[in-house]
Amino acid sequence: MVVRNPVTWLGTPAFPKAAKDALANTQLRRNLRNATSTIRGKRAAAVAELPDWERLRAAGAAIKDEVLANLDTYLIRLEAAVTARGGTVHWARDAAEANAIALRLIRATGETEVVKVKSMATAEIGLNEALAEGGVTAIETDLAELIVQLGEDRPSHILVPAIHRNRAEIKEIFQRAMPDVPADLTSEPRALAEAARRHLRRKFLSAKVAISGANFGVAETGSIVVVESEGNGRMCLTLPETLITVMGIEKVVPSWPDLEVFLQLLPRSSTAERMNPYTSVWTGVTPGDGPQAFHLILLDNGRTATLADEVGRQSLRCIRCSACLNVCPVYERTGGEAYGSVYPGPIGAILTPQLVNDPKDKQAASLPFASSLCGACYEVCPVSINIPEVLTHLRARVVENKSSLAPEAIAMRALAWVMADAKRFERAQQAGTLARFLGRDGKITRLPWPGSKWTDVRDVPVPPAESFRSWWRRTRGDQ
Amino acid sequence: MLTRIRTALRDQPKATPVPRDYDHTRDLGDVIEVLAERVADYRAAVHRVQADRLPVWIDALLDARGARRIAVPADLPADWLNDELTWLVDRPPLSIETLDGCDGVLTGCAVAIAETGTIVLDAGVAQGRRALTLLPDYHLCVVRADQVVATVPEALARLDPVRPLTFISGPSATSDIELDRVEGVHGPRTLEVLIVEG
Ligand code: SF4
Repeated sequence: MVVRNPVTWLGTPAFPKAAKDALANTQLRRNLRNATSTIRGKRAAAVAELPDWERLRAAGAAIKDEVLANLDTYLIRLEAAVTARGGTVHWARDAAEANAIALRLIRATGETEVVKVKSMATAEIGLNEALAEGGVTAIETDLAELIVQLGEDRPSHILVPAIHRNRAEIKEIFQRAMPDVPADLTSEPRALAEAARRHLRRKFLSAKVAISGANFGVAETGSIVVVESEGNGRMCLTLPETLITVMGIEKVVPSWPDLEVFLQLLPRSSTAERMNPYTSVWTGVTPGDGPQAFHLILLDNGRTATLADEVGRQSLRCIRCSACLNVCPVYERTGGEAYGSVYPGPIGAILTPQLVNDPKDKQAASLPFASSLCGACYEVCPVSINIPEVLTHLRARVVENKSSLAPEAIAMRALAWVMADAKRFERAQQAGTLARFLGRDGKITRLPWPGSKWTDVRDVPVPPAESFRSWWRRTRGDQ
Repeated sequence: MLTRIRTALRDQPKATPVPRDYDHTRDLGDVIEVLAERVADYRAAVHRVQADRLPVWIDALLDARGARRIAVPADLPADWLNDELTWLVDRPPLSIETLDGCDGVLTGCAVAIAETGTIVLDAGVAQGRRALTLLPDYHLCVVRADQVVATVPEALARLDPVRPLTFISGPSATSDIELDRVEGVHGPRTLEVLIVEG
């Protein structure tokens, strides 16, 4: 049986279609523009404060490269250190294995409800759904994740997952789905946060098992690091008896001093703060303090396949700060859901197709095209991931992966040839060579041969009237 | 999985040596002043006090809040405590309910980072276990001047990574609702810092 990798969401359309729907949602776009431009401005100020920013960035990239080049060594070291301090390490090749391990560990405690810290890795493997199938309810404790969970919705941003919701909607969601909601709830953020605090506190105080992700794991010492704002992380990491942490294998760093680099790069890139409100570090178990059983699940789920690609492996440096989302003109207009993946924005466009690693997954294959190649993401990335380079590389791979005889492949190859080169792409758009074939109803109904072999059997969504590149240049080219 | 990793690295990528030429320390001027300013930036209250006045300050601050039942780690310096308030000493460990129901917690710290306005607890002397500073809604934290460093690298160099560490930069906060910053979703809503000099 072929098991789908849940890193992309089942049933979501490929990016061009989803983007078109998203562009029609004005509320979403207003929220997004507001959010991304606010964070963008603040980030620039936070970064400007550190005179050694570029040197920290170079160190961050080099540390991650060192880890990736010797990943086996560092993981073995991490396992030994965690084990020596009373923790247990589990290795999971894919989502199904990781979920099965987590479920088995929870069942062994006899609990049916667990509290969760927001984590990209657990979202990536669809842990909540897998646990639900196994009869375990996972309660998201991050405010935004709670809003998303109660709203039976999907997160749209790595950092602010509920950014597509306004306060009135959040109030409605709480009134509908929170059993103990105050009768006089207003839509004031303060009142909403207070309602969430009361709702979750009871859960925290009674929870026996918690699940978290990890921002970093120190190979030398076995220390695991979680960076957060609200304190729900501290609650989950401290109060329950059993803690299960799911960590992508690329999150390991060699030694303790390496954290001095990332603890500077991450908060400033992410929330534009000098430091996030809370960072927790723990090593195995500490008698009398915090959970007395600790399990670390090391997750592959497409990471080794990503590692095997010489150009693409740099994507594994990512520390999930979300800075690239906030500068991306495509993301700003479409929002996160259009990417149909746990990882939206520029990082999603390169990481998702690599983690999915399935040429037949059309939606994942469309993502490397969800970019204008403007390069803004590369500039802000705290670990200098050359996202445009990986994008063009993946575009070529998408084309190669199709059978050379399939009509789609021929059209895609032509498209990829145009898109693989930024200048060529822009020239093609300006010259209207694409626009000539556009249908009035927003579908490309006829492409010239050989593309016609493709359009004969299906409609192609139209690229936006103004290309992202020319839009970018027009609106901020002189910045 | 290790086999998969080794196969993936067949091209034997060579990592370049990590450049460590970023700043390990930095001249920030008066680090105490910078710490006070940056902690205050997170909307936490900060006071600079002389050592001999510390007990008086602790008293006054708790009194101003009407705080009566205060949780404390077992090894807090005895002269920080007066006789009028109820000190809930964490030995034997206080129950979660007691911590949840008390008026606040009083602790020391391990290190404070001026540049980022961060206070680090390492469960060492005068700090107690992690739950102690997490459940009470009010945290009064005493920082000695000699515990203040300028930068993050300096702080990490002083810390032992295998102790449970909590880095605190202001009170609990969220910006999840329309990016409006709200203090205290889950952690303590009020952080007050006493920097002790002399
Ligand atoms: S790719 Fe870079 S900028 Fe984007 S989330 Fe990852 S680390 Fe941050």
